[in-house]
Amino acid sequence: MKIQIEDLSVMIDDLPILGDVSVEVETGTVTGLIGPNGSGKSTLLRCVYRALKPVRGSVHIGESDVWRGNAREAGRRTAVVVQDHDLDNGFSVEETVLMGRTPHKGILERDNADDRDIVRDALDRVGMAWAARRVFTRLSGGERQRVLVARALAQKTPVLLLDEPTNHLDIGAQLGLLGLVRELGLTTVVALHDLDHATTYCDRLVLLRSGRVLAAGVPSEVLEPERVAEVFGVRSAIVPHPLTGRPHLVTANQ
Amino acid sequence: MRLVDQRRPHPVQGKGFILLVGGLAIALALAVAFSVGVGTVDVPVARVVAVVWAHLTGDTAGLDPLTDQIVWTFRTPRVLLAAVAGAGLSLAGLCLQTLVRNPLADPYTFGVTAGASLGAVVVMTTGIAAGIGVAGGAFAGSSLSLLVVFVMAQRGGRLIGTSLVLAGVAVAYLGMAGTGLLQLLVDPSELRGVMFWLLGSVAGASWADLTIPAVATAVTGLWLMSRGRMMNALATGEDTAAGLGVDVNRLRVLLLVAASLLTATVVSVAGGIGFVGLVVPHAVRLVVGPDHRKVIPVSLLGGAVFLVLVDLATRTVNKPNEMPIGIFTAALGAPFFLMLLRGRRRTLR
Repeated sequence: MKIQIEDLSVMIDDLPILGDVSVEVETGTVTGLIGPNGSGKSTLLRCVYRALKPVRGSVHIGESDVWRGNAREAGRRTAVVVQDHDLDNGFSVEETVLMGRTPHKGILERDNADDRDIVRDALDRVGMAWAARRVFTRLSGGERQRVLVARALAQKTPVLLLDEPTNHLDIGAQLGLLGLVRELGLTTVVALHDLDHATTYCDRLVLLRSGRVLAAGVPSEVLEPERVAEVFGVRSAIVPHPLTGRPHLVTANQ
Repeated sequence: MRLVDQRRPHPVQGKGFILLVGGLAIALALAVAFSVGVGTVDVPVARVVAVVWAHLTGDTAGLDPLTDQIVWTFRTPRVLLAAVAGAGLSLAGLCLQTLVRNPLADPYTFGVTAGASLGAVVVMTTGIAAGIGVAGGAFAGSSLSLLVVFVMAQRGGRLIGTSLVLAGVAVAYLGMAGTGLLQLLVDPSELRGVMFWLLGSVAGASWADLTIPAVATAVTGLWLMSRGRMMNALATGEDTAAGLGVDVNRLRVLLLVAASLLTATVVSVAGGIGFVGLVVPHAVRLVVGPDHRKVIPVSLLGGAVFLVLVDLATRTVNKPNEMPIGIFTAALGAPFFLMLLRGRRRTLR
């Protein structure tokens, strides 16, 4: 399902965080949000998953306006993997993934066999079925992120949003997670810090600076050496990977 | 071979939950029957059951008038009020804990109890806003104090744990001071009344006192059950809940209203009983895990049993004298609060 963000503006405590941001994401593609810290990546995502109301502009998922409809409908179209560091509750992995069914269930409706099948499939898909009975918070960072992706899958949405999903993960877990997200084939928007990951795993990139879109397009166009130098203050080049031959972005201090 | 934590998430699962709920319901019935029998004049449990049964079936002709009066007019409403107050305060604590995602939240620590007491006393003693009644005054007081605490403790839409607790303590002090002052101004001889609002009591409860808090607790309990799934989502994070299709702001406002309503209706008849909402839901979570669809019914029943037993203790430890119930709940709850504060320091950033 196509995502259309038009002229989005956000103020927090009278400070402009986003200004006139417009982004289009085609069905089934992976779009990376990149930019320095504080450039508005998380804020933009929060507007899409209905956690933060923009002062101006609109977000459409398919035909429907996210902020005109209700929260439950939005939850059936958009699933999100957020950065939560104080998940200090005792939910098991299974219970955590079952929460993905929230927007599909009526009040007082119980979890049924279908829900449990969906949860099992989702955990299988991310390779975490073995952990179903474990306590979520006792898993490693990479395992937790995989479980959160499973929860998003259990939500059965056409759109998946991820806010810096690779933070605090070891390199194997980072590449594993990004590879998994790619394979899912959902319309995906992912905020990323690592420019090389953005180059390798995204179809298109949107570069934000100070709450505005500086560039958007395919990775090689957006991450031109001059622009990378201007925004991030580093020298860079896109080179073929010696092992795989795929383009990679390498950086050096100026 | 990977090393995994083999501990089960929580002790009671699957069918165990149904057994637990059934067991608690039976325990509540037994605790009530036994507690009604204990007092200056002891009545055997069998007689208690016979009197209650006679009233329920409308066949009171053959009862001994004295026993009937002790059991039905004095003790049964008192014990049932303890049960309702325990259930209501436990649910109120649960609402606040989910709302602020902090286990230290409780109507007492957040100043809601003190606010409700002040509201009730203002209406009773000064006649200001007499139209809304004592319960209405308590509700206004509890809502206002909660609102103040929330406004003080938020920065840019996020609630800060330490600020919440500190603002709650300050509001509680203010409410208690106001209550004490009003009582002394109006009638210096009524020191017992002051103690009632500050420490709480279920002594002297009548059947008429029971209706409002019982209905409020039952209705709110049912409503909370219908929101159990959303409360689970909120407990894992505001943004997570929003992503799961929960209207977070709306849910938070409704939880706030629910907590105010429960606290106000209980406080307006039972005074300021503290820490029940802190101890009960926490203990329940240790047993059934964090799923609100289980925590809500078990907290309701567990809270009722807890306060019936505490009330029983206030009447038996220093027979024939009675101790205020709030002293007991505070004696149990305050150390518990400190333990939580130490254990959960990480969540109080």
